[in-house]
Amino acid sequence: MELECTAVTEDSMAVGKETKEEKQWKEMKLSVDDLPGILARLSKIKLTALVVSTTSAGFALAPEPFAWPCFLLTTLGTGLASCAANSINQFFEVPFDSNMNRTKNRPLVRGQISPLLAVSFAACCAVPGVALLTWGVNPLTGALGVFNIFLYTCCYTPLKRVSIANTWVGAVVGAIPPVMGWTAATGSLDAGAFLLGGILYCWQFPHFNALSWGLREDYSRGGYCMMSVTHPALCRRVALRHCLALVALSAAAPALDVTTWTFPVIALPINLYISYLGFRFYRDADRKSSRKLFFCSLWHLPLLLLLMLSCKRPPAGSSGAGEPPS
Amino acid sequence: MAALRPGRKTLLPVLCRTFTGRGCQLAPERGTERRDVAPSRISRFCPPRKSCHDWIGPPDKYSNLRPVHFYIPENESPLEQKLRELRQETQEWNQQFWANQNLTFHKEKEEFIHSRLKAKGPGLRAESGQKATLNAEEMADFYKEFLSKNFRKHMCYNRDWYRRNFAITFFMGKVALDRIRKKLRLKQKKTSS
Repeated sequence: MELECTAVTEDSMAVGKETKEEKQWKEMKLSVDDLPGILARLSKIKLTALVVSTTSAGFALAPEPFAWPCFLLTTLGTGLASCAANSINQFFEVPFDSNMNRTKNRPLVRGQISPLLAVSFAACCAVPGVALLTWGVNPLTGALGVFNIFLYTCCYTPLKRVSIANTWVGAVVGAIPPVMGWTAATGSLDAGAFLLGGILYCWQFPHFNALSWGLREDYSRGGYCMMSVTHPALCRRVALRHCLALVALSAAAPALDVTTWTFPVIALPINLYISYLGFRFYRDADRKSSRKLFFCSLWHLPLLLLLMLSCKRPPAGSSGAGEPPS
Repeated sequence: MAALRPGRKTLLPVLCRTFTGRGCQLAPERGTERRDVAPSRISRFCPPRKSCHDWIGPPDKYSNLRPVHFYIPENESPLEQKLRELRQETQEWNQQFWANQNLTFHKEKEEFIHSRLKAKGPGLRAESGQKATLNAEEMADFYKEFLSKNFRKHMCYNRDWYRRNFAITFFMGKVALDRIRKKLRLKQKKTSS
C-alpha cells in the first residue's frame, strides 16, 4: 500500500511556509570536501591556535637554548591535545550548545558530523598528541597534556552545569599550556613555569567574567552555573582582583629570573589599563564596561607575552658564542 | 506568547513519506500523542526517494533542537533498529525537555517584567505589542532565581543526557563494526567463490 506525500493544507500561505521550511532540511551525508572545515570547527581551531601560542611563549621564555625540533613537537602535540579536548567538550554539550546563540552553529548541533565520528576524531588526536609529548618531548609534558585533557573534558565541562567552581577549574586549564611549553624546554617544573601559569591563570578571570556578563540570559535558561548569574558581585570582584594580581606577577618575573627589570616597567601601562577597566566593570556592573574589559583582555595577553619575550633574561654567565677568555 | 496545545495536529501521522519502491517501512512517530506539555510542529518534510541518509531539519521553534528524520534501510538489522529507536526516543525526550524549559523561561520572564514594570510605575501601562523590557541589570534577579529554581531539574537532565549520549555513541560504534564485519564477510565469499 502506497502512502502518498500529503500536505494537508488549505491555506496557500501555509504551503509557501512549508516549502521554505522543507528547503532547510539537509541530508546528513558527510562529504570529504566539507570535512576539514567541519573538523576545524569541531576542534575549535582558533582557540587551539591561542593555546598553542601560549605554549610557544612558555617554551620560548624558558631559560634554555631554543631547540626547533623540540619546539615543533611540543606545539604539534599540544595542538592535537587541544583539538581532542575541544571535540569531546562539544560532544558532551550538543543540546546546550543548540540553545545558546554563541554556540548554535557548531558541527554536532547542525548534524554535519555524527557523535561517533567526533569521538573517533578526538581519539585520533589525543593518542598521537600525547604520544608525541611523552616520547618526543618528555614524560612530564606528556603527563601535563593528559591531565589537562582530563581536567577540561571530565571536570570543567560537566562542572559548568553544577557549580561556579567551574571557572576556577577552567582557569587552571588555561594556565597549563604555557607550563607545558616551559617543561618541554627545561624538563622540570620550576618557579618560572609557575609564574607563567600564574599569569595565564589570572588573565582568565577578567577575560571570562567579562564575557559571561553579557550571556546571563542564555546561561540562566540553559542551566549553566556561572558567577555572573548566581553571584554577580563576586564575579566582578574576582575579575578586578586578578587584574591587580597581574601587576604583582609581572613584578615577580624579574625576581624569578624570567625577565629583566625592564619588563614590569614597560608592562605597567597595559596592566594598569586592564586593572582600570576591571575597576570600571566592578563599579559600573553594566554591559558597556564588561565588553570593554573583555575586548581589552583579547589584546592584553598577546602583548604581555610579547613584552615578556622581548625582556627575557639572557642566560646567566653567557657572553655570546665562543668560550670566555682564559 | 500563547502556549500551543499539541492536540490533534501532532496526531497527524508522519505521512509524508513515500517509501514505495524502496521497500522501506514506515517509522511512526511514537509518543507524541500523549505529550501534554511540549508542543512541536510535526514537519511535513519528505526526503527524496533516492536518499539513503538521515535528514536534519532547521532548529525547532520551541526547543532550538534540530529534528532528525531517520532513514530506515531495507535490510535493517536488529542492532540498527535498536540504535534508530534509541535516537528517535532521545530526540523526543530532548525535544520535550527543551521546549518546556524555553517556554517556561519566556513565560516567567514576561511575568517578572510585568510585575516589575507595574511596581515601577503604576500609571504606566505597557500597550499590547509594545515591548516594554527591563535592562539586563534589572533582569539579573530573575536570571538568578530561575537558574536556582531549575537546578535539580537540570541535574536529572544532565545525568540522563550523558547516559543517553554515551549509549547512542556506543551503539553507533557497534553498528559500524558490524557493518565492517559484514562487508569483510561478503568480500571473503566473493574471493573464495
